[in-house]
Amino acid sequence: MPFDPNNIMQDRITDIGPPKYDKSFPPFIKQNYGKWKYHEILEPGVLVHVSETGAEVFTVRVGTCRLVSVDLVRDVCDIADKYCSGYVRWTTRNNIEFMLADKAKLQPLIADLRSRGNWFPIGGTGASITNIVHTQGWVHCHTPAIDASGVVKAVMDELFEYFGSMKLPAQVRIALACCLNMCGAVHCSDIAILGVHRKPPFVEADRVEKVCEIPLVIAACPLAAIKPKKVGDHKAVEINEKRCMFCGNCYTMCPALPIADQDGDGIALWVGGKVSNSRTAPTFSKLAVPYIPNEPPRWPTTVNDIKKIVEAYASGGRRYERISEWIERIGWERFFERTGLEFRHEHIDDYRLAMTTWRTTTQFKF
Amino acid sequence: MALKHKTPMLDELEKGPWPSFVSDIKRVAARKPMCEDLLGQLELSYEQKEGHWKHGGIVGVFGYGGGVIGRYSDRPDLFPNVAHFHTMRVNQPASKFYTTAMLRQLCDLWEKRGSGLLNLHGSTGDAVLLGTTTDQLEPIFYELTHDMGMDLGGSGSNLRTPSGCVGRARCEWSCLDTQDIIYDCTMKYQDELHRPAFPYKYKFKCSGCPNDCVAAIARSDCAIIGTWRDKIRIDQDAVRAYVGGELVTNGGAHGTDKRVLDIQAEVINLCPTKCMEFDGKNLKIWDEDCTRCMHCINVMPRALRPGTDVGATILCGAKAPILEGAQLASVVIPFIKMEPPYEEFHEFVEKLWDWWMENGKNRERSGELIQRLGLNSLLQACDLTPDPRMIKTPRYNPYIFYDPADVPGGWEHDPVAFRKRHQA
Repeated sequence: MPFDPNNIMQDRITDIGPPKYDKSFPPFIKQNYGKWKYHEILEPGVLVHVSETGAEVFTVRVGTCRLVSVDLVRDVCDIADKYCSGYVRWTTRNNIEFMLADKAKLQPLIADLRSRGNWFPIGGTGASITNIVHTQGWVHCHTPAIDASGVVKAVMDELFEYFGSMKLPAQVRIALACCLNMCGAVHCSDIAILGVHRKPPFVEADRVEKVCEIPLVIAACPLAAIKPKKVGDHKAVEINEKRCMFCGNCYTMCPALPIADQDGDGIALWVGGKVSNSRTAPTFSKLAVPYIPNEPPRWPTTVNDIKKIVEAYASGGRRYERISEWIERIGWERFFERTGLEFRHEHIDDYRLAMTTWRTTTQFKF
Repeated sequence: MALKHKTPMLDELEKGPWPSFVSDIKRVAARKPMCEDLLGQLELSYEQKEGHWKHGGIVGVFGYGGGVIGRYSDRPDLFPNVAHFHTMRVNQPASKFYTTAMLRQLCDLWEKRGSGLLNLHGSTGDAVLLGTTTDQLEPIFYELTHDMGMDLGGSGSNLRTPSGCVGRARCEWSCLDTQDIIYDCTMKYQDELHRPAFPYKYKFKCSGCPNDCVAAIARSDCAIIGTWRDKIRIDQDAVRAYVGGELVTNGGAHGTDKRVLDIQAEVINLCPTKCMEFDGKNLKIWDEDCTRCMHCINVMPRALRPGTDVGATILCGAKAPILEGAQLASVVIPFIKMEPPYEEFHEFVEKLWDWWMENGKNRERSGELIQRLGLNSLLQACDLTPDPRMIKTPRYNPYIFYDPADVPGGWEHDPVAFRKRHQA
């Protein structure tokens, strides 16, 4: 029965969930499921996994934009149909993996991908800078301080040589979130690009009572900076601006408290986060640059500061050291020296648990 | 063909070696007025350095309280084709394996009923369809469920779409059937995924080993991370082959040439617990001291493998900063087998949810509740026994909340008897 707009409950199907995973496993994945013995990266972006049965699967990893069109997805399908028996997968970092069992098709697949202009760069394996995970930005979000896709494009253009090579001390995971909500949860990345506000929200007193639940707005402020206030005939709120830490949570609860501002908004950079348990424990990213203005369309200062961090790490890091481990070894005083980034008052924490970040030893470097 | 709006700033993003989302949108914009106006509005944002989407908007499909996010332009006067530009989250197949038939069907549906633009994938894992109008929501849902066997993902105060790493499908290190675990909790909790009943969002993520490729420990309320309790499997011949320069170290991650592995410097000295020794012939691992960090296995994948008594460590409470600050997840179950039908895991999750729904405030993540009421409160609610594996260090403040049940006579004093012993 086709869809009937006048009777949407007819034959309604709900709660079926996604298709079961093994329906879209290629046959060679199904046959070797749980039997993988080891893997090797054959060249940047190209992997082989070897099964206990002796079977091999070859993977070619390519970077893409997270924001893609149906045209691009159809191109991916054409490639997967031609070389990969009609199967393909995406990684959690917006890369596409073309997998095949027939080694004879590997070089033709690579040649085909390379023949398609810059749509399908091959890389993102091992000690590289792989694709940036990111949020929506100005393309589709309602609370952003920055764009996402444009910043990512500008940064990846500059770091492109590191995507298709494996010459860094270890992998560098970059992530971008366009506001403190951090849909992308960038807080444990080697380098995090974060959209920030610097002006407290303003109160549209005549709109607050119409579009907001005032008690929820008041409760939304983590620093209790919002109080009820009558303005003329309107029930509204007032904001103690000195307390504001620009989280934007009140705007999430109340559209009559706009916080976005072309002069206030911009980017903060964070470094040295990690989620893997390898060698050292997972850890948060720490502040490297408190504020860089929005500079569309190519954000040159942001790109340049990231490049400084990457190059200082590339020349100073030891093999296997993630950025966090490199900084831990050389110390923060050396980090700021070697990157040339300015150390400012914003770097010294003054929020909750701030004391746990202050130096309580005489051990430091001159 | 010239597009409706001039986009000189966005055109700058067509240059350079990385793929350009602007070029991609432009080729669809030639036939899709929605994409034309999207580019126009984005250019305006680039000029003004501010976003142009209105705040929120409640839209959805009948019977669901999530999966659709309303989005409206704040300049419909300039960009009428994106006046309504809603998002639909489509629950991805576990680990994002697709057949091209599925993808083509999804493209055809989205070409016909939406903008033709997608996020592959949203941060939580969904295949995100970007930009459609309210009247298209029900027909899209009908075609997804009837023709494609697909369903919407989570949004709002729901269970969010669970996601996992590639797992045993194509990784030798996975200690878990990550796809099956993700599929199980997605299917068992369909009601929670589609109908908001929680104080706020709730996320499951599953990684097959402590390398944690989906960042479960940083971004899920409940992280299921594969581990093992027995010994690292060693192939001593392969160890010697690495040391002898016959194999490519680290699976080629630092270069694909064979080279001599300095096992002392690159493996043994970097082991966080110093539980290994190499005598020139054999590698000895004191497994009782190993904390399973994965470094040695990462460096010598052909010589070392995780053990065979596998299961998961469950860590709870990770989240991004809003509201009480970013949190990493904390260990609450050091080891659980995680085998179908996963009853022990379900029982734990449901006890945790009951505790959170009973005590959580509006928009309080489970991790914030753990912080507010304490890890002990969670352990009690879930009938879990305190274990040193749950902490980095015991408390160093003396402010202990002793339980009156453990004190003879409880908290009652006998003032008369006290004053008989002590003059005031």
